[in-house]
Amino acid sequence: MTGTALTSWRSEGGGNHQVATEVTDPYRSQISERIRVSVPDRGLRQDLRAISIVWRRELIRFRSDRLRAITSLVQPVLFLFVLGTGLSALAGRGLPSGVDFKTFIYPGVLAMSVLFTAIFSAASIVWDREFGFLREMLVAPVSRSAIVIGKCLGGATVATFQGILILALAGFAHVPYDLGLFLTVIGELLLLSFTLTAFGVMMAARIKQIQAFMALTQMLVMPLFFLSGALYPLNGLPAWLTVLTRLDPLTYIVSPMRHAVFTHLNMPPEVLSRLAPGVTWNGWPVPVGLSLGIVAVMGAVLLGIAIAEFHRTE
Amino acid sequence: MTEPVIVVSDLVKRYGELEAVRGIGFEVRPGETFGFLGPNGAGKSTTIKILCTLADPTAGQAKVAGYDVVKQRDTVRRNIGLVFQDTTLDSYLTGEQNLRFHADLYGVPRAQLQPRMRQVLDMVGLWDRRHAEVATYSGGMKRRLEIARGLLHAPRVLFLDEPTVGLDPQTRSSIWEYINDLKQREDITIFLTTHYMDEAENCDRIAIIDHGKIVAIDTPENLKASVGKDRVQISTTNDQAAIKELKEAFDLDAAIHEGMVTFNVEAGEAFVPRLFAELQQQIRSVSVARPSLDDVFMSYTGKTIRDAEATVGDRNRAHVMAFRRGR
Repeated sequence: MTGTALTSWRSEGGGNHQVATEVTDPYRSQISERIRVSVPDRGLRQDLRAISIVWRRELIRFRSDRLRAITSLVQPVLFLFVLGTGLSALAGRGLPSGVDFKTFIYPGVLAMSVLFTAIFSAASIVWDREFGFLREMLVAPVSRSAIVIGKCLGGATVATFQGILILALAGFAHVPYDLGLFLTVIGELLLLSFTLTAFGVMMAARIKQIQAFMALTQMLVMPLFFLSGALYPLNGLPAWLTVLTRLDPLTYIVSPMRHAVFTHLNMPPEVLSRLAPGVTWNGWPVPVGLSLGIVAVMGAVLLGIAIAEFHRTE
Repeated sequence: MTEPVIVVSDLVKRYGELEAVRGIGFEVRPGETFGFLGPNGAGKSTTIKILCTLADPTAGQAKVAGYDVVKQRDTVRRNIGLVFQDTTLDSYLTGEQNLRFHADLYGVPRAQLQPRMRQVLDMVGLWDRRHAEVATYSGGMKRRLEIARGLLHAPRVLFLDEPTVGLDPQTRSSIWEYINDLKQREDITIFLTTHYMDEAENCDRIAIIDHGKIVAIDTPENLKASVGKDRVQISTTNDQAAIKELKEAFDLDAAIHEGMVTFNVEAGEAFVPRLFAELQQQIRSVSVARPSLDDVFMSYTGKTIRDAEATVGDRNRAHVMAFRRGR
């Protein structure tokens, strides 16, 4: 310890104010009164405060990690501009005139932009375990649910923010900057991100090694993305692929997002129904509300499993 | 308040085949600094984990601050502060952000947070570094920040699991300065584990643990006294005559060690004046050495703490590591 001068602080009367004094040995500086700290009993308010701080920590860490923000934009940008442009001549033949392939895959690219960020947010739990910080959270007198919910909300917020950055590129995909559309899409991105983070947290509860976690999630994420109809319409597919796309939970969020985008493009109804046919179950069109409901229920179930897993890890 | 703040009875912890803790019992009084001394793998960390509600006992009971560690887990947690062997800080956050995180998890009232944060950071000398990222802290600073954080919610018991392990000797002694300083300021009981003999001397009372059992429990002075005799070394004008005289007049077996007349006697300091008064030979110098805790450990377990670590430690370490990773 160097004996540097330091400003000592004390509270006087009701108000707090700073008093500057020279102290040679900082840790022996005199603090006139003991600060009485009384920690309240555990309750809903305590849990909400815990959720809030776990959530805010994710944001603080995301803000200080710009590299991560940039790198996770690379993939969606590649898909949109390189794949989208490269395939447009070829794919354009299947599209009605005036519809760009980039426009078609835009909703899928939005979903993709949150996909990796959401799951990688959950990976921070694996890191936290490795670096010990998870223990600081698990020994606190708050419910495990509060910690898991805070994590999922944090991951969802960060991922949605990534999605919003891609949303800012809407003009390049000939999608209008429409407030109503944007709010709808942001809402859907939030729902998707929350569900994905919950899925990631559930996995992170079991997988202790970061390498294993990354490998496993990569292995699961790519099929989820490719089977979701992000890059092709859901109608007129071979039977096996039709079944697989209907089993992919991501399908139920990509389809409403495409619906939202395409209804803002002023295209004739027959074109709309060809490009954004929506999910059908054996010919029955699944309403947008049900589709979103499926994702929400799934998010809730995954969250429940994640909480249960963290209750057991002791 | 004379009610003990930690009460442990017949505590057992088994991990499969391995019996890490084999029926221990003890009490810790309020305001005490109580040390668990033993080699790695003796059951220290397991016991501290049970007391901190991080592991459930296989059998037996433990109460901390009056609450059962199994049945009233959350209440126990609110009343204890923890500093682990391995760091549990978020190194991407600043020192202050780490404390704020802790305050919110433990529900420290917002009005008290700022002054309390100032107080604990001042106590460990980190107030002027509070806006720096923890990644830039040295090992000693990290440990001090953890101590400050463990105190933030004003716990009744502070648990320190090997608080100075992995630190250089200078940093180790400064950590002890902070701990002793803290005893002056806070109304707190400290429970710590260590396998450093010299650190155990800082405790009010020590339990010596070996193979999952407490082999002795007392103040460092009493433990050392129980080993018995102090070692007295004198040099005289005629050493051979002195040895003969010691045998005849005091019935002491003396011999030359390290170039001095050496013998063991109970209560060495009290004996020395008598020696001066009665010994015919002129004494040129005298030294009295109390038995060290090393001698204590040796006398209770028949081996030095280092020997014990070489055998028990290796056997259990693989298991302990696996357990730690599993958490």
